[in-house]
Amino acid sequence: MKRIFRLLGIAATAFAAGAAAQAEIKIGVIVSATGPGASLGIPYRNVYTALPPQIAGQPLKFVILDDASDPSTSVKNARKLIDEEKVDIILGPTFTPGCLAVSDVAVEMKIAMICLAPVVVPPAKQPWVFSIPQSVPVMIAGVIGHLKANGGKTIGYIGFADGWGDLVLRALESTAGPAGIKIVASERYNRPDTSVNAQVLKLMSTQPDAVLIGGSGTPATTPHIALKERGYKGQIYHTHGVIGADFIRVGARAVEGTVAPTGPLMVAEQLPDSNPIKKVALDFFAKLTPAYPQVRNAFSGYSYDAFLLVQAAVTPAMAKAKPSSPQFRQALRDALEGTKEVVGTHAVYTMSPTDHNGVDHRSRVLVRVDGGQWKLLQ
Amino acid sequence: MNFDIALLLIQDGLTNGAIYALLALAILLVFAVTRVLYVPQGEFVAFGALTLATLQQAKVPGTAYLVAGIGALTMALELLTALRQRRTQGLAWSAAMYVAIPLALLGISIVLAPRQPPLVVQVLLTLALVVPLGPMTYRLAIQPIANATVLVLLFVAVAVHYVLMGLGLVFFGAEGWRTPSFTDLRLQLGPMTASGQSILVLAASAVLIVLLWQFFGRTLWGKALRATAMNRTGARLVGIPTEASGRLAFTLAALLGAFSGVLIAPFTTIYYDSGFLVALKGFVGAVIGGMTSYPLAALGAVLVGLLEAFASFYASAFKEVIVFSLLIPFLLWRSLMSRHFEEEPEE
Repeated sequence: MKRIFRLLGIAATAFAAGAAAQAEIKIGVIVSATGPGASLGIPYRNVYTALPPQIAGQPLKFVILDDASDPSTSVKNARKLIDEEKVDIILGPTFTPGCLAVSDVAVEMKIAMICLAPVVVPPAKQPWVFSIPQSVPVMIAGVIGHLKANGGKTIGYIGFADGWGDLVLRALESTAGPAGIKIVASERYNRPDTSVNAQVLKLMSTQPDAVLIGGSGTPATTPHIALKERGYKGQIYHTHGVIGADFIRVGARAVEGTVAPTGPLMVAEQLPDSNPIKKVALDFFAKLTPAYPQVRNAFSGYSYDAFLLVQAAVTPAMAKAKPSSPQFRQALRDALEGTKEVVGTHAVYTMSPTDHNGVDHRSRVLVRVDGGQWKLLQ
Repeated sequence: MNFDIALLLIQDGLTNGAIYALLALAILLVFAVTRVLYVPQGEFVAFGALTLATLQQAKVPGTAYLVAGIGALTMALELLTALRQRRTQGLAWSAAMYVAIPLALLGISIVLAPRQPPLVVQVLLTLALVVPLGPMTYRLAIQPIANATVLVLLFVAVAVHYVLMGLGLVFFGAEGWRTPSFTDLRLQLGPMTASGQSILVLAASAVLIVLLWQFFGRTLWGKALRATAMNRTGARLVGIPTEASGRLAFTLAALLGAFSGVLIAPFTTIYYDSGFLVALKGFVGAVIGGMTSYPLAALGAVLVGLLEAFASFYASAFKEVIVFSLLIPFLLWRSLMSRHFEEEPEE
């Protein structure tokens, strides 16, 4: 009996010593698992529930909260994560308005956050905020590059009459001019429109060398099919909002030959072996598939990349301070800002005090619809 | 703009206008007979389009289960009412309408869907599946409060719209569908090419409108509906059952909605929530008709279609603004022209 107690005592001491050497790191995650943003939020979340509870050799705990796609709930969640859970860093939210709302909290409470939706971060004003998805101009620059390489001089635009359509048009305006390409038409349509023939007629009357469609998902096929029906022969470009099987299912033969930008993750197998992203992306699929079979999507890729960035930052931060202290949060932020050439599934990230997005042209590949499949354009 | 473009825009506007006209007629009919502003009309458009799209995938459409489910719910309500009133009369008819027919339709769908029947059969099956939802909606949501004020009826109509849209998401999923064209025919008409699909839409709408006209002018039921629309109390006094009239109006509205859905399915990708905006344009047409005149409503709807086509050409970013702004001058004109009177309370 005595011996058992003694053994227990030794075990307890050993355990306590182990815990002291290995302090647990807490990552707060805010996702939109319900509400209108749920179709994106769920793949974002599933990565964190499938990852093993370990980071850079340290025990790790994810605290995941749902904000129901509501920015005020995102803020409430952020305060709860900071005040009650004492997390060391926040990943998310997964939609742009939520990110904007939480970034004020992050600056106020001095805790780093990595937005999983695209936002424009001014690091001078918001030193604690990072955002990893590729910005729209980075994507559209690929389209402009392709058009220029093929001798195109003019481009027509037709996009959604909403925020996304505006965002793509602004990106087009900012990238086309410097490349010497002229925007000759700019038209808008709504997702449920039964006809876009009028817009297409006007577009074609300006005879552009190419057309960019600023839509997303299957409604992006509507102007594309109308253009083909009217016999348009030029190249038709889309944005990264259409990459997926549904676009080809609805567009069928009409969308053959479409060129669109996307993250390298979507065509990981087709990347050349020299591309460092290929190995990371394939490794990500292999690691996560048992726990989360539908892992092949852009959103899960961003979740994993945010995890990789934190992982790279943990070791230098641990050298300076212990987790769940203000010093550690500061050290983690500094380490994130110093990120150099961290290879993720979407990009190779290099942050700096003036760049909290960290991606370059390597975060974008062009793909073409070829035989009903998305094929990497070499 | 040159002549060719104008002709194409007119063709486009007329095609859309024809569909809006069908919806305007349905909204007007329901309003005249039951005083319900029929917000859920758009759902029937989406259901019609999505049911046809699912049938073309050789799958059993969600509507088949939906009709059976809502039928069972309606039957439960009928039983409850019968129990309260201690009567058995009419129950056999209800059982046939709300249980036997939906189950038969479900059976037919399960048998037929995987066999890829010809297009005509698919369209007929689509109509047969969607149309029963009309009278069931009336029985469940409107009939118990048929004498409430127009405002209460509008609230209920909005609620029904959200319920049906939610059910649409459950039964059809969030992704959109587009059916292949009925015909690839292209006709050279003088200086313009008309697509067979547009001609089909125009012809089908015209035939349906003529049929409706004949129905209202020549059949006993059509006349009963007109009588109810003119004076509900008077119609009841001469022995026209208002409940049956309401049911019939909802059935016809569902038929018009589902048929519009079948017609527009090849033009655009339809989602579970796409119908609302389409029906809203039909509503603008009905308002132009002063919510009383069928020919004016149909003309108004065609005007909406034409205006939409030309607005899309000149200022596509403001297209919807232009179309819905059309309401304002017409409402002003209507309210200046008509005498005002408060809604009479029902005794």
